[in-house]
Amino acid sequence: MNVPEDLRFAESHEWLRADGTVGITDHAQHELTDVVFVDLPEVGKQVAAGQVACVVESVKAASDIYAPVAGTVIAVNEAVRSNPALVNTAPYTEGWLFKLEPKDAAARETLKSPADYRAQIGSL
Amino acid sequence: MSESNIVLKRTPLHGEHVRLGGKLIGFGGWDMPVQYSGIIDEHHAVRKALGVFDISHMGQFFVEGAGAAAWLNRMLTNNVERLAIGQGQYTLMLNERGGVIDDLLIYRICDDDWLLVVNASMIDEDFAWMQSHLPADVTLVNRSDDFAGLAVQGPKAAAWFDAYVGGKCEAPARNHIVRLDIGGGQTFIARTGYTGEDGFELFCPAASAVQVWNDVLASGAEFGIKPCGLGARDTLRLEMCYPLNGNDLSPERTPIEAGLGFFVDLQKGDFTGRAVLAAQKEHGIERRLVAFKMKGTTPPPRSHYAVYRDGAQIGETCSGGLSPTLAAGIGMAYLPVADATPGTPIEIDIRGRRFTAIVEKKPLRKMKA
Repeated sequence: MNVPEDLRFAESHEWLRADGTVGITDHAQHELTDVVFVDLPEVGKQVAAGQVACVVESVKAASDIYAPVAGTVIAVNEAVRSNPALVNTAPYTEGWLFKLEPKDAAARETLKSPADYRAQIGSL
Repeated sequence: MSESNIVLKRTPLHGEHVRLGGKLIGFGGWDMPVQYSGIIDEHHAVRKALGVFDISHMGQFFVEGAGAAAWLNRMLTNNVERLAIGQGQYTLMLNERGGVIDDLLIYRICDDDWLLVVNASMIDEDFAWMQSHLPADVTLVNRSDDFAGLAVQGPKAAAWFDAYVGGKCEAPARNHIVRLDIGGGQTFIARTGYTGEDGFELFCPAASAVQVWNDVLASGAEFGIKPCGLGARDTLRLEMCYPLNGNDLSPERTPIEAGLGFFVDLQKGDFTGRAVLAAQKEHGIERRLVAFKMKGTTPPPRSHYAVYRDGAQIGETCSGGLSPTLAAGIGMAYLPVADATPGTPIEIDIRGRRFTAIVEKKPLRKMKA
């Protein structure tokens, strides 16, 4: 499983980039299977860490996606509305979900390092 | 992504699913593949070419004896007397209130020798119910553990069958069953399925399951066969509006309400639940199982979503999902008869937002996308 070095990870399988971009991990998209719909948050929505920020629907089930840190949604990825499969094919690039303005820049440090996340999903 | 501590049962093909990279999930107490290459990919393989499913979790009961036909006609809704040797039919087993215990396929193997194929999650309950009604001149045996099952489904199924048996026998006709000595033991092969495509269900001795599975994959290679999981099995059956027991059928709903009156013979004599069904035929029903299709791009509907019409809740969905063929959300719900006419606009509540859907004729798959 691909776990990029420049990201931090929530235990619930979201990733956070230094610029506040959030998506789900390669492991998560693999577990979810074919993503067919993404319910994105409204721009301007304030979210607490661990709060449901959006919903990703696969053929099989709807899955809540949590905000990895507290903040305000400042952008959403319109491309995944029309092409939800991007979440499967490019979970770390074109398949990103939304961008947060973190309330506290240091909160990022509470998330898992790539090594810790790899250990969590049992992937080397 | 939930984990549970329940010990899941494994089919004889479990090792093959792991070897092929199938993604396993708990289903009705069984550890089954939900997908291999992907639900949508597998769905299209079955609609356009060929797919194979492990259906070993399903149950096989054998009923024998001089009184078997008469007894089965009292236990089941359809008329087994209409079956020639080697022929099968879809039928339902009801409680005294006319509610569905299980839906199943029954085949006449010999004059007084019958094979019943029942739902995996209902094996114990069905067996206990039948046993409690068993007369002295009939024997009932649960041989579910002795048999593995494979469903080979798709428009290439007939061509595949000829390749698989190598001219040993002709393919059984629709709803018929043959017994073949193939792949290390006696195997029942029925021309039926749960996908809306042509296809076969094979029931072979559990010990030869791996060999049969690999022979099917090898002989199906030239037809583009793909191993398929329960995810595609569900989207395929939902497009056909085939009911799933536990979702669309329940002890509280009758076959008349479920739109399965075709599989109920009210003329054959008495059977469990008949009085309720006859009254419904005469006086009508309050609710009917309808199919619907979402309008435009929406989240896929799921089971237990509230259904509205003109602002008032009129029911809830019992099945739902994405139709890969129609590229739209589809589902089924028991709705008041006044709201059950095709063309009726309804609304489905998905996470607090209401999305428009239209009641459609069954099966949904016949619609133009």
